Amino acid sequence: MVPTSFYIFLAAVLFTIGAVAVLFRRNTLVIYMAVELMLNAANLAFVAFARQFEALDGQLFVFFVMTVAAAEVAVGLALIVTIFRTKHSVDIDTMREMKG
Amino acid sequence: MGFMTLFILTGAVAVAAALGLLFARNAVYAALFLVLNMFALAVLYLALGAPFIAMVQITVYAGAIMVLFLFVIMLLGAEQLKEDGGPIAWQRPLALLLGLALLGELAYFVFAAATGQTRLLPPPEDFGTPHAVGQTLFQQYLLPFEVTSVLLLVAMVGAIVLVMNGKRAAQAQAEPEAEGS
Repeated sequence: MVPTSFYIFLAAVLFTIGAVAVLFRRNTLVIYMAVELMLNAANLAFVAFARQFEALDGQLFVFFVMTVAAAEVAVGLALIVTIFRTKHSVDIDTMREMKG
Repeated sequence: MGFMTLFILTGAVAVAAALGLLFARNAVYAALFLVLNMFALAVLYLALGAPFIAMVQITVYAGAIMVLFLFVIMLLGAEQLKEDGGPIAWQRPLALLLGLALLGELAYFVFAAATGQTRLLPPPEDFGTPHAVGQTLFQQYLLPFEVTSVLLLVAMVGAIVLVMNGKRAAQAQAEPEAEGS
């Protein structure tokens, strides 16, 4: 069997790539997808620990994380669409004023 | 042995897809790389004894959420964006440096904490099946489950209100411009 630490390390690698992508990219939608990647990495860690301790609670947490992510995506994409209407761009650097 | 090969292959696919998300010039390609990453993670969930979560991952994440992303990318026509350094020149080197530091710290703690780990036993027969997950969900986690439905409702109403208000604001902005010209 694969040790749990390997899975956690893979989750750490994916989380780091997601975090670097958030800092690296300027397209708001890609930044948003990188946040989803970080959530996925956390989910992998949850499932790996659920397997190690043979407790289903970890898998239930993944279930709730997915639901919250779906809600977050719905609101976030609505925000991006709204901002796009006034700024005509999804460049993160155009969103530097409090008042559109 | 079989599981190790599966882990290495799937993990390589997951990391490569994540790197594709990081470096893809086109936002549509980035979204498709993320879909690939989610499929790889679903395979890992299957290997970890979580078939229900793996299927939910594919239908909800790779299916619903990524379709929403692709829809918005194509709706806004935002797939191509000039990706130069941006106004802050030192942001990207710093991002790489901080990313490497984060990875180093995480790797240190993962492997420092993994010493003296016991071997994994085969899981119980019904571990992670829809039946077992449903039992836990509707007994132990019934209240969070109900609260989640409220959250989804609030998110839906919020999204609709945001888009409608944005429409009104854009119209209000467009009208004075039209009068001026």
